[in-house]
Amino acid sequence: MTHNLIPRVVSKLLIPLIILFSLYVQFHGDFGPGGGFQAGVIFSAAIILYALVFGLDVAEKIIPPYILRLIAALGVVLYAGVGLATQLLGGRYLEYGVLGETQVAGQHLGILLVELGVGLTVASVMLIIFFAFAGRGRP
Amino acid sequence: MDFILGHYNYWVVILLMMVGFYIVISRGNLIKKIVGLNIFQASVFILYISLSTVENGTIPIFKEGFEVYSNPLPHVLILTAIVVGVATTALGLALVVRIKEAYGTIEEDEIHEQDHSL
Amino acid sequence: MMAIQGHLSLLLVVVPLIMAPIVAILPRARLAWFVALLVAVVCALLAGIQLWNIVNGGAISYELGGWAPPWGIEYRIDAVNAFVALIVAGITALTLPYALLSVEKEIPKQQIPFFYALFLLCLCGLLGITQTGDIFNVFVFLEISALASYGLISLGRHRQALTSAYQYLIMGTIGATFFLIGVGLIYSQTGTLNFADLAERLPAVFEHKTVHTGFAFIVIGVALKLALFPLHLWLPNAYTYAPTVVTIFLAATATKVAVYLMLRILFTIFPDNFVVNTPIFDLFIILGIAGILIASLYAIYQMDIKRLLAYSSVAQIGYMALGIGLASTAGVMATLLHLFNHALMKGALFMAVGAIIYRLGSCRMDNINGLGRVMPWTFGAVIIGGLSLVGIPGTAGFVSKWYLILAALEQQAWISVAVILVGSLLAVVYVGKIIEALYFKAALEANKSIKEAPLLLLLPTWTLALANIYFGLNTELTVGVATSAAQLLIGTIE
Repeated sequence: MTHNLIPRVVSKLLIPLIILFSLYVQFHGDFGPGGGFQAGVIFSAAIILYALVFGLDVAEKIIPPYILRLIAALGVVLYAGVGLATQLLGGRYLEYGVLGETQVAGQHLGILLVELGVGLTVASVMLIIFFAFAGRGRP
Repeated sequence: MDFILGHYNYWVVILLMMVGFYIVISRGNLIKKIVGLNIFQASVFILYISLSTVENGTIPIFKEGFEVYSNPLPHVLILTAIVVGVATTALGLALVVRIKEAYGTIEEDEIHEQDHSL
Repeated sequence: MMAIQGHLSLLLVVVPLIMAPIVAILPRARLAWFVALLVAVVCALLAGIQLWNIVNGGAISYELGGWAPPWGIEYRIDAVNAFVALIVAGITALTLPYALLSVEKEIPKQQIPFFYALFLLCLCGLLGITQTGDIFNVFVFLEISALASYGLISLGRHRQALTSAYQYLIMGTIGATFFLIGVGLIYSQTGTLNFADLAERLPAVFEHKTVHTGFAFIVIGVALKLALFPLHLWLPNAYTYAPTVVTIFLAATATKVAVYLMLRILFTIFPDNFVVNTPIFDLFIILGIAGILIASLYAIYQMDIKRLLAYSSVAQIGYMALGIGLASTAGVMATLLHLFNHALMKGALFMAVGAIIYRLGSCRMDNINGLGRVMPWTFGAVIIGGLSLVGIPGTAGFVSKWYLILAALEQQAWISVAVILVGSLLAVVYVGKIIEALYFKAALEANKSIKEAPLLLLLPTWTLALANIYFGLNTELTVGVATSAAQLLIGTIE
């Protein structure tokens, strides 16, 4: 796809914006619509767009599959780990209130961490699925 | 007439459900089956979402000046169900890719033929 | 004290969940196996402690996130859940030592960490179903375990493993979606998802057609998961082509959890006077009888031992359905007892078959002639498991069939009694076929040089085989727990 100038230029302009938007959806999720699921999918869409325009090999250089696997695992561990942490702090599983000084601060921190875990896992799993399908049958 | 128009969301759900279910049962092509399964699942998502609607209610985000909100719980439930659906579709398609590599076809009857001629 | 018990019950689900992704990224196959084994042992211990706590202290309730039920998700564990959870965790802890060699033989090395990660996810889902007291949470765990098992089945060595996993995926997803539709309809009428809250609110609305429809959808969805005849079509293929360890695990746990779920729905969630007025119990008796007879007949004509045992599993599920259909304390108690005993005997039998596959690479009837004489220990386990399957006195299989017959006699259900006896006779035929091929037929030349299975495979096999005899002779523990669990289920509304 070396000669497709327009997609290359447009996607170069778009990709940073898509990533920025995904971060907005991720971290604004506790005030408005948003959250880890949506943000993860939007983030992975940016990388998938990059892979479609510039080729799979280049995209895999940005985020190698083994790092994706690590991130996917890390997200789940972060999610479940927040639950364990609240248990250790004397609350119930995923009772965020005990994480902070006040109930509200705790809820805030807890949901932020959990959604971060969800976002990491969703983004990396989406990319793993894409790379697995797109890379199938290559030598 | 009121009965039909007043419950139009259910008619949409039932129509989609039957279309999806029919595709799953009647098609021999493995990809089409998964498409049917997706339509079938989507009908259930719509069922839940339409259940949660409250008359004259807005989206469930807190804002001054609005008193009546839709029930947010079914939305959350369906978000989970959608994720499950995505995982099922991805796994199903991955299996189809592997089946294609192993059998050279994704038509059910041809696969059966190969298995029984062994 | 109560809080700590609740935390332990929650850890039963969280430990496999948090360890599954960690296992997936471990670099070495044996390390992955070791971590998975540790998790399984911890889960079995937790499940044991949980049952002990409940027997001595009553039901445990745990509010996730500190949100009070019915708004938050509640884990509510009584004798019924704890009993099933112990079966699941215990069988897993016995399967994993067996898995080391069997998996190394059947699965490519680089996939082994993923295999164990899926295995733990499946365990997490199954334990989650037993622990939770929230019907939507059940759906989520149902799908976690189901998705993991589709993946596990597709790892089998033959290409038919792929098609059977696909077939299971289609049928399993239809079942789960039916369940979801039912839950939605029930939720639209009651506005709640909590088991106890549903049981409280359903009596007021149970005349609505919507509740009837929801009930039908839920029952059919779960019946698909538990492979109730005639919704069992996915099961024989899945069990035959899955890797041996997966077959052992699924045969001993997955359908059991679905039976548990069915019991909960029929006896805890829906009000008695509603359920009795539907034809559901008659249906269970009819389908149970049909399942016992037809699946046993199918089993007799199978040429692959794994497939034969898979059909026998469908027949055994028929016995459990029969027990549910009798709708009495005795019937449900026999079902729960058979749940446990069937896990023991099918576990032992599939493990023994796995040992044969480990040495021979196949388990077709025409390849195993004379193997019993060169693999005496494996053969011994087959005999014990087979006798238990038939229901010879002194084995666990006898105990549950005995109580099932008593339950049927109590209601003068003569046809059911006759069917149970005929089913046992049919079991004699198909177990006899295996034993005949293994021992009495002239040994194949190629089979004479085969050695006994390695110790690591034999130990778990024999642990389960001996458990079959132990629980056949000493029935105090199992019958006691099953009785109190059955009283809890039936007595909830009566």
